[in-house]
Amino acid sequence: MLKSAKRFALTAALALAAGPALGGALGLGSEARPEEVTAWDIDVRPDGQGLPEGGGTVEQGEMLFQERCTACHGEFGEGAGRWPVLAGGYDTLDSDNPVKTIGSYWPHLSTVYDYIRRAMPFGDAQSLTADETYALTAYLLYLNEIVAEDFELTKENFTSIELSNESGFIPDDRPDTPGLSEREPCMTDCKPEVVIRMRARVLDVTPDTEDTSAVTSD
Amino acid sequence: MSTSRKPQGGTTRRGFLSAAGGAALAAGAIRPAVSAGPENLPPNVPGWSRYLGSGVDAYPYGQPSSFESHVVRRNVAWLTASVESSVNFTPLHELDGIITPNGLCFERHHAGIAEVDPSDYRLMINGLVDKPMIFTLDDIKRFPRTNKIFFLECAANSGMEWRGAQLNGCQFTHGMVHCVMYTGVPLKLILEEAGLKTNAKWLMVEGADAAGMNRSVPLDKALDDCMVAFKMNGEALRPEQGYPLRLVVPGWEGNMWIKWLRRIEVGDQPWHTREETSKYTDLLENGKSRRFTWAMDCKSVITSPSPQAPLLHKGHNILSGIAWSGRGTVDRVDVTLDGGRNWRPARIDGPSFDKAVHRFYFEFDWQGESLLLQSRAIDSTGYVQPTKDELRAVRGTNSIYHNNGIQTWHVRGNGEVENVEVS
Ligand code: HEC
Repeated sequence: MLKSAKRFALTAALALAAGPALGGALGLGSEARPEEVTAWDIDVRPDGQGLPEGGGTVEQGEMLFQERCTACHGEFGEGAGRWPVLAGGYDTLDSDNPVKTIGSYWPHLSTVYDYIRRAMPFGDAQSLTADETYALTAYLLYLNEIVAEDFELTKENFTSIELSNESGFIPDDRPDTPGLSEREPCMTDCKPEVVIRMRARVLDVTPDTEDTSAVTSD
Repeated sequence: MSTSRKPQGGTTRRGFLSAAGGAALAAGAIRPAVSAGPENLPPNVPGWSRYLGSGVDAYPYGQPSSFESHVVRRNVAWLTASVESSVNFTPLHELDGIITPNGLCFERHHAGIAEVDPSDYRLMINGLVDKPMIFTLDDIKRFPRTNKIFFLECAANSGMEWRGAQLNGCQFTHGMVHCVMYTGVPLKLILEEAGLKTNAKWLMVEGADAAGMNRSVPLDKALDDCMVAFKMNGEALRPEQGYPLRLVVPGWEGNMWIKWLRRIEVGDQPWHTREETSKYTDLLENGKSRRFTWAMDCKSVITSPSPQAPLLHKGHNILSGIAWSGRGTVDRVDVTLDGGRNWRPARIDGPSFDKAVHRFYFEFDWQGESLLLQSRAIDSTGYVQPTKDELRAVRGTNSIYHNNGIQTWHVRGNGEVENVEVS
């Protein structure tokens, strides 16, 4: 008992101290078979890595969209009720009411394919074929006025499509407010007067917290 | 097993709140100490001192006292279109210390809670590795373990407050943060088991839920302090926190901490997934957006008094709150009672861990005057928590994410507290 505990501690110490040693340090787990990797490896990258063979047209996409997507996203991707808007919103990003869509905001088309393939339709994920996902992606490009109605999106022409906001992103440049080295925080007589400018109660959007739901049992 | 032991009457803080809400209290009238009825008070002998209570095993998995049944996570229904892609909030105003109880850790799901059978659980590592690997949960539990306490904050915590005071309670303004002890395996050890190719620079981490939640993580961070965790606060992860295995990305925004972790792909460039382009990018006033804004900036909030935790007594009172930083420890918290005219150092109490919640206290005397409470945290890198106006001056009001501005609570003469903004 004691011996094995000691041996474990030794292995642990060795493993934690080891640099970027390559492969099989502890002999745990098993090698993934190629078909297992193919089945799970569904991600798509901006350079096209991960795109499956195939293609689909705007027209095919429109039919699929009516069938499987409009209930939530609306006939033209305008969003039914509070469900997400998928089209439009151009020239709104610097306004008071920015509308972020595939057309107005998303930097890469690969994200559309990757996301639909893994997560949509909501509640029935990973049920679309590769061709269906191409067709839906093509239709969303059409709804965003990026391609014409006779367009066919394929693995081959996929990376030639550019979205308008690709250059709209900048690296994280925080901290963007003064730190200790720039300004010692004021402790006394920091401002002449203090006025309340806004109250949450005016809006009255806070949920009622007076109900006493029973203790959850999870 | 029963979870519905009935409270035996008495006035609670909720009673106070509803009374205050109904404007039943005259200004300055503070409620007397909570009383459970004279039959339980001296000189009488209460029932619990005379008769036997429940035996062992009445509650095989212990539950909080029925008097605490109001201490629950709550959501804001109007925020989202469906409860499966939604969020609820930790009741910060009822908690103390630095550890969040498992059942009160806020939830954020993109496609509901995946119920994963641990015997069918698999973690796949593929991409730029010597050998693509599959690990069972048992495999993971045979790696050397580590225990670490970290906060997890959603990047959208306080996101509803960019345009001004909106939600009246720190549960709703700040409740997308929790802090627990994780038990798991350094991610580095798992990656080394597959063997990293020399051109490996990024990971794509992916969940097993119906959102297939995925994000890119730079390899440096993964090798530095990330871990895969199977326990929180000593017990198995809760399903809503990613049972049986989640990623831990210390100090970085919550949605990167992939729950129900199913796959890690190693690559040489980022993926630009939906959750790091359409969402979790920070739109600035000029229409440009910051991307890969991973670190959670230093932040603090006074949890009591706060709108859901009004002042009940004149005289000596305790102000309490939490502070945290994604870049290190919290070194100092200052508080003000007069809206930022004068500040005093608060007392940080309890352990101070890197990238964990810190607890602070400030004792003060209150005679019914109006107060404007704020806290300002400073972390070990010298980062000073900014005012909301300072943030707006740099970023505008459309960022949604990363609002760590100083919060103001207005305490009225009758003890009620409201979320306000001051000049
Ligand atoms: C039952 C309602 C529903 C249906 C049907 C549905 N979606 Fe969605 N969709 C959602 C929800 C909810 C989200 C946001 C999920 C989240 O919060 O992560 C979403 C998000 C999206 C997004 C990302 C939006 C953004 O701005 O980030 C795309 C693209 C999308 N859906 C495409 C589709 C397509 C294509 C279909 C049909 C195959 C479809 N959806 C069917 C509910 C639905």
